[in-house]
Amino acid sequence: MNFVANFSDLKVVGTRPVRPDGIDKVTGKAMFGADLSMAGTLTGKVLRSPHAHARIVSIDASKALALPGVKAVVTAAGDFPEISSEEAAAGESPVNFRHMAHNVLARDKVLYEGHAVAAVAATTSAIADAAMALIDVTYEVLPFVIDVEAAMADGAPILHDDLVPSGMAAPGKPTNIAKRVEFKLGDAEAGLAEADVVVEGRYETTAVHQGYIEPHAVIASVNPDGQTQIFASSQGQFMIRQYVSKILNMDIANIRVTPAEIGGGFGGKTLVYLEPLAVALSRKAGKPVKMVMTRDEVFRSSGPTSGGVMTVKIGAKKDGTITGATIDIALQAGAFPGSPVAPACMCAFACYDLKNVRASGYDVVSNRSKIAAYRAPGAPISSFGVESAMDELATKLGMDALELRQKNAAKAGTKAAYGPVFPEIGFEQVLDAAKSHPHWSAPLGPNQGRGVATGFWFNIGGDSSASVFVNEDGTISVVSGSPDIGGSRASMAMMAAEVLGVPYEKVRPIVGDTAQIGITGMTGGSRVTFATGMATVQAAEKVVDELKKRAAMIWDISPEAVDWKDGEAVPAGANAGGFDPMPLAAIAAKAGKTGGPIGSEVSINAQGAGAGFGAHICDVEVDQETGHVKILRYTAVQDVGKAIHPSYVEGQIQGGAVQGIGWALNEEYLYDKNGRMDNSGFLDYRVPVASDLPMIEAVLVEVPNKRHPFGVRGVGEVPIIPPLAAVANAIKAATGVRMHSLPMSPPKIVAAIESGKG
Amino acid sequence: MSKIHVTTTVNGEPAEFLCEVQDSLLDVLRDQLHLTGSKEGCGSGDCGACSITLDGRLVCSCLVLGVEAEGKTIGTIEGLANGDELHPLQRKFLEHAALQCGFCTPGLLVATKALLDANPNPTETEARYWLAGNLCRCTGYDKIIRAVMDAAAEMRGEHA
Repeated sequence: MNFVANFSDLKVVGTRPVRPDGIDKVTGKAMFGADLSMAGTLTGKVLRSPHAHARIVSIDASKALALPGVKAVVTAAGDFPEISSEEAAAGESPVNFRHMAHNVLARDKVLYEGHAVAAVAATTSAIADAAMALIDVTYEVLPFVIDVEAAMADGAPILHDDLVPSGMAAPGKPTNIAKRVEFKLGDAEAGLAEADVVVEGRYETTAVHQGYIEPHAVIASVNPDGQTQIFASSQGQFMIRQYVSKILNMDIANIRVTPAEIGGGFGGKTLVYLEPLAVALSRKAGKPVKMVMTRDEVFRSSGPTSGGVMTVKIGAKKDGTITGATIDIALQAGAFPGSPVAPACMCAFACYDLKNVRASGYDVVSNRSKIAAYRAPGAPISSFGVESAMDELATKLGMDALELRQKNAAKAGTKAAYGPVFPEIGFEQVLDAAKSHPHWSAPLGPNQGRGVATGFWFNIGGDSSASVFVNEDGTISVVSGSPDIGGSRASMAMMAAEVLGVPYEKVRPIVGDTAQIGITGMTGGSRVTFATGMATVQAAEKVVDELKKRAAMIWDISPEAVDWKDGEAVPAGANAGGFDPMPLAAIAAKAGKTGGPIGSEVSINAQGAGAGFGAHICDVEVDQETGHVKILRYTAVQDVGKAIHPSYVEGQIQGGAVQGIGWALNEEYLYDKNGRMDNSGFLDYRVPVASDLPMIEAVLVEVPNKRHPFGVRGVGEVPIIPPLAAVANAIKAATGVRMHSLPMSPPKIVAAIESGKG
Repeated sequence: MSKIHVTTTVNGEPAEFLCEVQDSLLDVLRDQLHLTGSKEGCGSGDCGACSITLDGRLVCSCLVLGVEAEGKTIGTIEGLANGDELHPLQRKFLEHAALQCGFCTPGLLVATKALLDANPNPTETEARYWLAGNLCRCTGYDKIIRAVMDAAAEMRGEHA
C-alpha cells in the first residue's frame, strides 16, 4: 500500500473505539502471567545470593531433596549446559547468551545480591521455602564495587577476569570497562573554541526500575519427548522461545510459548529470568512448574536501567548558534556488559543541527543486577545532562529556552552525529507548537518555575508477522505476533478495518502464540504500531486483492475490472459491466465455491521507521523549607506521525512523562554498606502516585512518516526522555539552583538551596 | 497442621474454603476460589492491585488473612458488573482508555467504587488522594482520573 496522502478519507484510523480486550480487563477475566494453573502444578522458587560478590565454593541440595514434597532442585553446574559467548541482535541492544545464561543462574561466582544460585520445585509454596533454607551454599565472599566511577578506578574489585573491552586499547590488566563508544561529526573541540559562550557541567543519574506492577511470572510444562509449553508474561513470546532454546540447548520447534496478558514491561520484560528455570525444573520433576517473582525479587534481581555520570560541554555564538558540543558519559551495566551507552551517546545531541559534536561513553560492569532495557534506553540519561546544559546556555545568552532550541533544531537534511541524514521530521513543528501553547506564556506565582526540555528517539521497525482471515460470515480475524501492552490489538484491528472497508467491530484481533503466527520481534523500540501495523496492512491488502478476484470470478470479468470500495466489490467502470456492489460477506459466503477460504499471512522486516521528537513544558512549585517539589502543570508535545488510536497515543505520552517525573524526583536504587539493595519495595522505591500529579496534557503533532501506509511513527519512548531535564530546569527557575544529580529529592534540594548551588 | 474451614459471602454468593492459618485472603481468592481478577503486585499493601472490599471496607487482600474472612462479606472485581451489564466505572474506564496493560485496573475499579460509595461527588484532588494507594505505571493517572470523574457525574445523574 502506498502512503495514504489524504487523511480526510479515513473512516476508522484516527477514531477512538473501545479496545477489543477491554472488557476482559475491567472484569478481571484477562489472564496475566500468574493467573493460569494446570493440574498438578508445582511451585518453583529461586534461591538467591545474599552477597554482592562471592565465589560459589559448593552447593549441597541433598537435605532439600530429602524433604517430602520437594520434586526438583536445579543448579547451573548440575543442570544447565555451559554455552559459548555469542552475541545476537535483540530489539534495541545486542544480547550475549552466555552472559544471559549466567545471569539466569550463577555458575562460578555470584555477581550481585539477588543473583540466582539454585531453583526448587515443590508441591506447595511453604515446602519450596523450607527447601531453599535447606540448600547449603558455601561462598567465598569477595570485595565488591557498586558505583560506576569506583568500578573504573585502578584497584577496583574485578567482576570478570576475562573481560576484554571493545572500542579501546587493551588495558593490559583486568578491567570492569566492557566497551568504549564514540560518535563524532566535525571537530567538537575546534567548534567549542569558536564559541562566544561555553557552558560545562557534570551530571549524575541513578539506576531506576521500570516498575511494572505485574511481577515476572511463568508456568512451564515439559513432556518426556521434549515438547514444552510455556505460558508467560513478556514483551515477546518469540524472544522467550529463542532464549530458552539457547540457554537449555533445546530445539526451537519443541518450545511453544503462549503470551499471557502482560502487566507492564517498559523494556524490563525483554529478557528471560524465570522461564529457563521453570523449564529445567519441569523437565526434572515431570510436572508443570509455576514461578512468580516477589516484588523484592523484581527490584533486586531483574534489571533496572543504568545510572551514570557525564560531563557536558556546549558552546555557542552570541546569537545562539551552537558551534560545538561534547558529552563524555559512563553508564552502569550491572553485573554483565550491556548498558545502553551507545544509544545514550547517539541520542544526546540528535535534536540539534550541529556541525561539530562528539559523544563518547563507557559501558562499565559493577556488582548490581544486570541492567535491562527501559523505555528509550540511555536517552533520558544523556538528555538530562544535555538539556540541563541547554538551559544554562539559554540563561547565559539571555535567550528564550525554546528560541535557543528553535535556532539549532534538527530538520529534514540534518546530518546526525550518529550517522544518518534525517528525512522529514517534525521537531520544528513540535517546538512551534510548544512555543504557541498557552502554557508557555502562562503567569507563575512565588516559588514557582517553568522548565522546558526536548527529546529524540530513533524508533525501530524489524521482524513482524500478521495474518488476516475472512470468516464465513464476512467478519474478520486478525492474528499478530506482538504482545499487546497498551492497546495495540485495537490499532491492528483499526488498520485492518480501514483497508478492508469494514466496521471496526467486525474485526477481532488476537495475539498469537509461537506456533500460530510467524516470527515477530519484541514489543519494544516503539515498533509495534509501525512494523506489525505494516504487516497487518499488507495482509489486509492481500485479502482485498483476493476478494476482488473472487468477485471477478462470480461476475465472470477480469480482476482488474473490479475495485474495492467501503467493504464492497464494485465494477471499476462502465465497461466492467452493470453489476450491483458485492459486499464482503457475500463474497465470503461463496468462498468455498470460488477457490476456498480467504486469508493471508504476511511476515516482513519493516524498514523506514520514523524518528520521534518531543518537547515538554513543566511548572513546579518548590517548598523552600522542605525541598518538596510539586508538579503544577505539565504539557507534552510530540510528533507522532499519525495517531491510529489517539487515546492510546496520548496514554503513551502521559505515562512516559510520569515515569520521567518519577525518575526526576523520587526514584533511585539505594545500597547499604554490604552492597545490598536497601529499598526493594514500593514503599521505599517510590513511583509516582495519583496525588503527586496534575493532569498531563498531551499535544499530538502529526508530521506523517511516509514510509508507513498511515504515516505512523513510534510514540512510546520519546515521552520519557524530556521530563528529567524539564523538571530540573523548572526547579532552577523556581529556586535559582541547578540540580546536577538525580533524583531531585527533598533533602538534596534543601541542601542545594542552603549552599546556594546545585 | 489441619486446615481451617472458613464460611464467607463472595460477590453476593455463599462461599466456603479451607486454608492454612498463614494464607493471605488474596492467595485464597486466587488459588482456592479461582478469582484471579485480584492481582498481586507487591504482597505488602503498597500497590493496591489486590484491592477488595471486606464488609464494605476497602482493603488490600494481601494484608488480610484468609481466616479473617469468616462470616464476612467480600467484594471483588468479578462482582462489579451486574451480570452482562458493566458498571458505569467499567464503561467509563473503557471509553476514556483509562488502562494500558490493565494489571492495576481491577484494584483501581474496586477502590474507585469504594470511593464513590463513600463520596459520590469527589473533587479531583479527593479522587487523587483516595487512589494514591493504587499504583499505575502505564497511564500517568490522567485518563483514570478523567474516567472516575466522568463516571461519578453519570452516576449522580448529571449526564443528559
